[in-house]
Amino acid sequence: MASRIQIPATKYPVERFTLANGLRVVLSPDRSAPVVGVAVVYDVGIRSEPEGRTGFAHLFEHLMFQGSENLEKLAHFRHVQGAGGSFNGSTHLDYTDYFEVLPAGALERALFLEADRMRGPRLTEENLRNQVDVVKEEIRVNVLNRPYGGFPWLKLPPVMFKTFPNAHDGYGSFEDLESATVEDAQGFFDRYYACGNAVLSVAGDFDVAEATALIERHFGDVPARPAPVLPAFDEPGLDGERRESYTDRIAPLPAVAAGYRVPDPIGAFDAYLPFSVLAEVLTDGDASRLVERLVQRDRTVTNIGGYLGFMGDEYQVRNPTALLLQAHMPPGGDAGKVLRTVDEELDRLVADGLKPGELERTQARMAARLLQGTDEVLGRALPMAVLELQRGRPGLLNELPKLISEVTAEQIVTAAATLRPESRAVVEVLPGAGS
Amino acid sequence: MVTKTLPDLIPDTELTLPPQAERKLANGLTVIAIRRAAVPLVEVRLRIPFGRAPLAPATLLSQALFTGTGTMSMLDIAAELQAVGGSLAAGLDPDRLQISGNALADGLSRTLEILAGVLTGAAYPGEEVVTERERLVDNIQVALSQPSHLARVALLKRMYATHPYAVQTPAPQDVRAVEPEALRELHADRVRPGGAILVLVGDIDPEQAIDVAEKTLGGWTGEARDGDIPPTPALQTGPLLLVDRPGSVQSSLRIALPALTRTDPDYAALTLGNLVFGGYFSSRWVENIREDKGYTYGSHSVVEHFAAGSALLAAADVATEVTGPSLLETTYELGRIASLPPGEEELEQARRYALGTLRLGMSTQAGLAGLASVYAGFGLRLDHLREHSAALAAATREQVAEVAARHLAPSRAVTVVLGDADKIEAQLTALTAVERSAQ
Repeated sequence: MASRIQIPATKYPVERFTLANGLRVVLSPDRSAPVVGVAVVYDVGIRSEPEGRTGFAHLFEHLMFQGSENLEKLAHFRHVQGAGGSFNGSTHLDYTDYFEVLPAGALERALFLEADRMRGPRLTEENLRNQVDVVKEEIRVNVLNRPYGGFPWLKLPPVMFKTFPNAHDGYGSFEDLESATVEDAQGFFDRYYACGNAVLSVAGDFDVAEATALIERHFGDVPARPAPVLPAFDEPGLDGERRESYTDRIAPLPAVAAGYRVPDPIGAFDAYLPFSVLAEVLTDGDASRLVERLVQRDRTVTNIGGYLGFMGDEYQVRNPTALLLQAHMPPGGDAGKVLRTVDEELDRLVADGLKPGELERTQARMAARLLQGTDEVLGRALPMAVLELQRGRPGLLNELPKLISEVTAEQIVTAAATLRPESRAVVEVLPGAGS
Repeated sequence: MVTKTLPDLIPDTELTLPPQAERKLANGLTVIAIRRAAVPLVEVRLRIPFGRAPLAPATLLSQALFTGTGTMSMLDIAAELQAVGGSLAAGLDPDRLQISGNALADGLSRTLEILAGVLTGAAYPGEEVVTERERLVDNIQVALSQPSHLARVALLKRMYATHPYAVQTPAPQDVRAVEPEALRELHADRVRPGGAILVLVGDIDPEQAIDVAEKTLGGWTGEARDGDIPPTPALQTGPLLLVDRPGSVQSSLRIALPALTRTDPDYAALTLGNLVFGGYFSSRWVENIREDKGYTYGSHSVVEHFAAGSALLAAADVATEVTGPSLLETTYELGRIASLPPGEEELEQARRYALGTLRLGMSTQAGLAGLASVYAGFGLRLDHLREHSAALAAATREQVAEVAARHLAPSRAVTVVLGDADKIEAQLTALTAVERSAQ
């Protein structure tokens, strides 16, 4: 075995400031490639949707691309792509992001486009009806027409949680989507899309002084609006195992997912971080504990994965959240047996601790994945924006490899000891295909 | 309301290619090493010619390659790679076996040692192979329940008929029949350095990285059996092929059109014509069937290149009740791009997109590695980026119109629709001749 490898870190610079109107800004210059990434994140996500408006945060994300004060419908797409760039947006439990990656000479254009929709999107009946149709097709292609659609991110929360913000379907019901109105959209914008509730982040090839001037020019006159008070979404943990199953009419094979509550990702970061390493010790690659046991030795699962946060965004999620294990099984697979083996392996980890080299190699692989992520300009702009929004700490992105390498075997064992059958929620997929 | 004007773009700087080196080793392996030092990682891509390899054994070989050698178990291989932050995996396409992965830059030498051990000593141990075989069968079963996979299977069959590209996923029963010995024979026959290309990109000194590759992979020897694939046949048009998937809540619309190879003098013009039609979000097709009519979440068209030929493939998943109208609008947009030159501004927008995304693609280690490896598979090097960029910059509206007339005309299309046939057949029959697929 090779001697222990040094865990490298990144040193991306981080500049932070706040405009007079309350917009927070993070800049991370890097001249190594002539491209820039621009991200704007708003502190509103699926958990903030009103009851009776499931899927609204995501529907609203679509509406933000449908024109704004100075831009016709379709103009946003054409201006970004016509500058040689790409764009997208996504809706998460705790935030909604909008982003572009472009050749460096298009930075000002991207800032203009983002500022214009921060001042006000064109919320029209025609655009709303069009995007309700588009979102319904998105749900059909990703959930209804596809085996294992929405598993487990839409299927496990209602088993795990009891309150509406945490338990409801973030893609939304067709009924709720169809009954959404322009007034709802305007109200949602007024409440949550305040510049005081947003972070702008730019990473890549630019000069800090010039970029700062451009940001002042384009965002400086966005009217000041403060952030709404963020509710606490916490709810009590499980007081016994919760287990449900459903039949997926087009899935050919069984599957199972289990979620375990973990410490507050922000308020208790030191206690949370070991769970992130634990998930990898359990499931990262053929040498990990659960893959080795369940896939290779027992052959009771075809594959198994483990991660934090329902959307895999482990450092961009607020409390409450979970460590998830998900597995697909061969024909006739027995979810109960799989879970019992997981319990056995967790018990073994708690009793015997980690094997020599096991923690170090897991940490090395985690560092490599973090580095690969930050090699992209958006792999810096986006997480830095969210880390600023949720923690006021965008530089945490640089510190993660080191912090992960400092997690100890004792912390892993302590974390593993909390993953008990009585503290988990389980959802099973019963294959309906061919029946 | 104050009207604000769109800021101008600052013109791109000249395209600069990263420092690189190349050497053909004595064993026939070509090594290309490229320096991009932004993060302390190295990306690894190895392409081994694998055309005409028997499909079921080749697919299983790609899944079982890392299950053990004479001296290392599957667990050893995985753990030792992980120890240097590394990971390697193999995949198969109709032309080649590809091994991809990355590691911390300091782990390059160890990663290549482990790779060499697998290339020269993969053992295909019986128990592990059986496990991988069952997993592969399960994965194929899941793929066969996915509309996108089923639609592609039907389209490939319709496009390529008896050509080797017609079937790219093995049948479960064929996989079940593969014994470990067949993998050992196939490996001995085909996993050879002759004609293979290794690309390394990252925080490395290119010459030194090649030295490391030469030292660690020099013992991998042997000539591969010739696996050349005959040129792909011209597309045969005919009735729309309707594939029944009862209970589908969407229809998967798939269209194949003739295309050009990367080095064809008209390829840049075809690239631009494709973008204007359906190749990016700001295309006519997306603006029509998504942003105007709300028939789909997304549609996309792309030129797919294989060693033996290229094809243009267009795909959209649309609501069942508007399957016919979606085909109508698609045919209309193909007819429009094939009959009229694109607008000036429309062409400039597509051109800037094409040029810009080339730059974005080279701005990461993984992007550069993918691009260099794909290019190398077609006998090209990164400097082809300069030539292709120049061709994109020079293509005129007339050239785009001319090439679109030849390649994007709806009369050239081969069309497959997968969906709930009883609900969509009448809609489609109203527009074109339809033939139901034999199940």
